[in-house]
Amino acid sequence: MTFLDRTARSFLLSELLSGMSLTFRYMFRPKVTLNYPYEKGPISPRFKGEHALRRYPNGEERCIACKLCEAVCPAQAITIEAEPRDDGSRRTTRYDIDMTKCIYCGLCEEACPVDAIVEGPNFEFATETREELLYDKDKLLANGDRWEPELARRLELDAPYR
Amino acid sequence: MVKVTVDGIDVDVPPRSNVLQACEAAGKEIPRFCYHERLSVAGNCRMCLVEIEKAPPKPFASCAYPVNEGMVVHTDTPMVKKARRGVMEFLLINHPLDCPICDQGGECDLQDQAMGYGGDSSRYDESKRAVKDKDLGPLVKTVMTRCIHCTRCIRFSTEIAGVSEMGATARGEGMEVGTYVQKALSSELSGNLIDICPVGALTSKPYAFVARPWELKKTDSVDVLDAVGTNIRVDSRGPEVLRILPRLNEDVNEEWLADKGRFSVDGLKRRRLDSCWVKRDGKLVKATWEEAFTAIDGKLKGLAGDRIGAIAGDLADAESMLALKDLMGALGSSNLDCRQDGAVYDASRREFYTFNTSIAGIEEADAILIVGSNPRIEAPLINARIRKRFLAGGVRIGLIGAAADLTYPVEHIGTTPAALSDPAVAEVLKAAKKPMLILGAGALARADGAALLAECWKLAAASSMLTTDWHGFNVLQLAASRVAGLDLGFLPGKGGKGLAGMLGGGVDLLWLLGADEFDTAKIGASTFVVYQGHHGDKGAARADVILPGAAYTEKNGTYVNTEGRAQRGQLAIYPPGDAREDWKILRAVSGWIGKHLPYDDLAGVRARLEAVNPVFARVDILPRFGGNETAAPQGGALGDAAFVPAIANYYQTDPVSRASPTMAECTAAHAPALAAAAE
Repeated sequence: MTFLDRTARSFLLSELLSGMSLTFRYMFRPKVTLNYPYEKGPISPRFKGEHALRRYPNGEERCIACKLCEAVCPAQAITIEAEPRDDGSRRTTRYDIDMTKCIYCGLCEEACPVDAIVEGPNFEFATETREELLYDKDKLLANGDRWEPELARRLELDAPYR
Repeated sequence: MVKVTVDGIDVDVPPRSNVLQACEAAGKEIPRFCYHERLSVAGNCRMCLVEIEKAPPKPFASCAYPVNEGMVVHTDTPMVKKARRGVMEFLLINHPLDCPICDQGGECDLQDQAMGYGGDSSRYDESKRAVKDKDLGPLVKTVMTRCIHCTRCIRFSTEIAGVSEMGATARGEGMEVGTYVQKALSSELSGNLIDICPVGALTSKPYAFVARPWELKKTDSVDVLDAVGTNIRVDSRGPEVLRILPRLNEDVNEEWLADKGRFSVDGLKRRRLDSCWVKRDGKLVKATWEEAFTAIDGKLKGLAGDRIGAIAGDLADAESMLALKDLMGALGSSNLDCRQDGAVYDASRREFYTFNTSIAGIEEADAILIVGSNPRIEAPLINARIRKRFLAGGVRIGLIGAAADLTYPVEHIGTTPAALSDPAVAEVLKAAKKPMLILGAGALARADGAALLAECWKLAAASSMLTTDWHGFNVLQLAASRVAGLDLGFLPGKGGKGLAGMLGGGVDLLWLLGADEFDTAKIGASTFVVYQGHHGDKGAARADVILPGAAYTEKNGTYVNTEGRAQRGQLAIYPPGDAREDWKILRAVSGWIGKHLPYDDLAGVRARLEAVNPVFARVDILPRFGGNETAAPQGGALGDAAFVPAIANYYQTDPVSRASPTMAECTAAHAPALAAAAE
């Protein structure tokens, strides 16, 4: 009996047909792939993308040069230099992130007492040269200004879990 | 000794110690803010609470509770833990949580102890108090809201620094620490307030926001801006020295550091010589080492040995002075001098130019006579020791010289050398068991320097200053290189010319090893000047060839302090640009001109140092010795001119401090006082 069964299945191509039927079924289901870059997948509010330095709503930069991010950074990608600003407040004169060293662990963000340095949702910051990935303070602040609505929303969404 | 049991560990402590010291002896860490072993006990922070058996059932402040025989102390019972947590919560009620912008962050006692002994949250919802910041001058930055009223700064300034300028006004919630009248602190030890403050209320103004303690590379070294030889720790990051802190050495500086040594650090990166310069057509132009060496070689060719001379500066290390002396020897010159101020020394015996009592020995003296010196300006830490001796009581201190506020009362005997023969002076010194005499090196630069030295020595010999176990004769040097220079014999050899002889055209080639403190205008117009040093100061301005050397933080150097204690500084950062360690430059020059010096590495130089004078082999060790030989040095006739202060402005005495903006600010801040002192 077993022999007959197997021979019949082989000659009637039933396995092939069942396989093809699965294929056809999937053909009419919604696609799981995205037409990147025209379509993009959803990302978590905790997604760790490109860095940004944020400002307070009044335009004052948040970073106070406490250097905790520099200290915690496991890749030693952050370099900070600070001095008193003219009004006596503590500010950075230099805030560099070497994006080629960064491992996107997000510890800088965790360490920051004022939510100044954040990793935003942007992951499309590939460059043609290596030098462009050595971010300075101006670049990071510009990133912050550009992404601020998104950054604020993400922090708000994640706040209940912190 | 009193026997005390701490957490089951038996320890013997001296009577009259307190429970905290007993706990330390048992190896138990007791948190504290107000207690400091060198200050009086205040007992007001209440952090050092412990439990004591067979005593009222309450926690005791261990710093203010004396030990008793058989006392049983517990430092880790639930009651102690709860009490400390409670105290910490109270301390944090008014302390702002601004650690991220506080310069003390990372080295803050409050931060560490809140972590170790505090709770995890506060129950305080009311508004915190805020206190207006005080202006304590250009060195100390204040954020008085952070103050926890431990009163260490008040006790330091009144007890150790001896200036009763800081204090607390009002009580309780309203208490504020500050100067009663707003003014810059007039102490030369004010930088220590920064170290002593357990929180970030007093921090360093020049160092504000510059770095975090964890970023810094720490190198042990020795301060060279005065002759005390303060042990320091040089904190550097990358190619910059960022700050200098004192290092504990009970025999020299205890744990203090004078302001010049601490805050001149920004002078180390300004006005530096970082490449060779050669004078062409009357103008200095940048050059390579080869060009500079060729210029020197060209000048040296055919020059007789006695037409070449060398002067060593006040910051020179022993290694480079030795190399320069050897080089001059190879060139056949004995025109050497390390005494830029023209002071007269009798270098035949070491005790004629060192501080023989030793700094720690000051605490044993029972009569002190200061001649022609202002130790407060010339060596603030020696002055602090004398004040410590004064506070212990039973000492008479006399001053012959310009009247000055030395932070302790002195009997001002006179302003001229004639006061040395005052019978009252001899009487007091004779009556004392361990009298000491401090002769300022500034006085030796007078025309009658030799006579003064002899006269003071005779005074010492006539009293009990020179006994088998006590040596009370001291010369207080001003320059860090001086004792090493004299030990090496960096003095005119047989037939050699001294400083005065070399100036005014006495030599055709003059080698200045960081020598800036003499009148460079007196150098003969035709003299070819080679300046080897680290700062573009007076000497470099007159030079025909400049060889860039290393400052004291940039080389491994040996220095001998005024006591005669050899100490080694270590390289913290590399010299800038083309600059090199000084003995290496001299070694390279010797090779270039074909007079090879017989050493190629630091070990070789040091072996040669030890061969020249065995004192260089005894690093950090200073044997105390008595004054066994009483023969006086050669003297002369005493003059009748009044003593004048050797240092006009404490804050600017050398190329490093002159290049320092912080020191310039101090000079400006203290200008009225300095002007008053000059009058």
